[in-house]
Amino acid sequence: MDPLMLDGNAVAGLLQEVFAVEMTTAIATCGTCGAADAVGATHVFRGAGIVMRCPHCDNALVTIVEDDARVWIGFAGVRTVQVTV
Amino acid sequence: MAGTAVLGRLTWRVAELVDVVVETPRVKTLVFDVQGWPGHRAGQHVDVRLTAEDGYQAQRSYSIASAPNGTLLELTVELVDDGEVSPYLTDELQAGDRIELRGPVGGYFVWEPAQGGPLLLVAGGSGVAPLMAMIRARDAAESHAETRLLLSSRGWDDVIYRDELERRAGDGLTVVHTLTRSQPPGWTGYTRRVDAEMLAEVVPGPTERPLIYVCGPTPFVETVAEALVGLRHDPQAIKTERFGPTGG
Amino acid sequence: MSFVSRGFRGRRREDADPSRVPPGQYVTSDFPVLSAGPTPHTPLEDWTFSIVGEVDEPRRWTWEEFRALPSEQVTVDIHCVTKWSKLDTTWEGVSVDTLLDGVETSAEHVVELSDGGYTTNLPLEDVTGGRAWVAFAFDGEPLQPEHGGPARMLVPHLYFWKSAKWVRGLRLTATDEPGFWEVNGYNNYGDPWREQRYWGD
Repeated sequence: MDPLMLDGNAVAGLLQEVFAVEMTTAIATCGTCGAADAVGATHVFRGAGIVMRCPHCDNALVTIVEDDARVWIGFAGVRTVQVTV
Repeated sequence: MAGTAVLGRLTWRVAELVDVVVETPRVKTLVFDVQGWPGHRAGQHVDVRLTAEDGYQAQRSYSIASAPNGTLLELTVELVDDGEVSPYLTDELQAGDRIELRGPVGGYFVWEPAQGGPLLLVAGGSGVAPLMAMIRARDAAESHAETRLLLSSRGWDDVIYRDELERRAGDGLTVVHTLTRSQPPGWTGYTRRVDAEMLAEVVPGPTERPLIYVCGPTPFVETVAEALVGLRHDPQAIKTERFGPTGG
Repeated sequence: MSFVSRGFRGRRREDADPSRVPPGQYVTSDFPVLSAGPTPHTPLEDWTFSIVGEVDEPRRWTWEEFRALPSEQVTVDIHCVTKWSKLDTTWEGVSVDTLLDGVETSAEHVVELSDGGYTTNLPLEDVTGGRAWVAFAFDGEPLQPEHGGPARMLVPHLYFWKSAKWVRGLRLTATDEPGFWEVNGYNNYGDPWREQRYWGD
């Protein structure tokens, strides 16, 4: 347990600002262990940027870096994202 | 009207403070008028952004405490010693002042009356804010879903929404308090931090398949979520909202 | 940025000699804890530090061996890409020059390797010549786990994400291998004085 950890819900605003759809209820499949969880249930860490980790295996699913005008979103740890449209 | 707003790309909006409600010695509810507010669902939050004159910015998230059917937005803020944002919000901000906020966001940690119950809400301190929005929504929709709120507070005077919870209790809503640091004379309720034993006594059994929402500081949420899984509740039915080490 | 929150000042930002504050930074006396992942807790009896990769032969030190190496106390300013700077921080650590002493290599790049999988890349010349340490103490105390203990890299002339917490080794590489943040939006080099925060800066 890490006292700094937040839920994926904590970055809901940022994700919606970028993707224009509700992302916390999207289901992300972990590329390392295969577990499928709501983005809102991932474990969020704030380092130099934001890291969202698989709640089962700690694999870094998504990274988010932002400056005033650009947001970089890395999905390297995610196999698939399922979004309800 | 909640739920009918078209989700689009979010932008920062300006919100004007119109009223302040003192909940406890350290907690205030700030009431905002937000231009073009699209409505929200119980459990959602907003991101608040403050900008100093030299351009320095700070951002925090606050759960929306008001029910979805209101026109004004209520945020319940706890003063954190040495905090950066909460002292400004609770001590400096005055009626007429404006802040920027983005939202509502967070469809994951949401309860809508149509989902029904039974509903189990477990809150540590100011973590009760989004759960109060759920209780207010429940009542506004005249839902009779069986709802149990277990609320951990430091003392009787620190219980946020204390009188309102007392008024709303009944008709399917049960409120259980634990007061961890001080208790009023004659107190017969719980006096310790929430643990597995307390949860076993308070929560419905797993066969009732309650919808579970846990909110508060990260260590609190961790302890409760683990204990509920240990009591054989479905992990998928447990939704958590961690505040981090402090409220901010 | 036209909107200003009346009366908001934020965390007390210290006044400092402007020549010591890189562009866009604010000086703080706090030490914010930022982390890309959960805090590792490697027991000291399991801890090792290694030099691997494009080297004549790999080196490895146990914690006792590492702590027996000559170390030095340094006072440096540190700058985080999230805009806070901390001046006159004191550390104790083993110079990377000491660790690389006697290592033969043709490599020009290095990757810092940490518990938990974090990596960050630098030119080898940026960790040599007295510019980098493996630090085990901060402010006179053993380095706390939340700040990277038992040992972290200290490379103060670059943004602090280039100073990996919970460091366990250096891998010398022939080609540049961008690390965790470098592949995800942060600048490949990270010079605070040229404000190289992001891609394209």
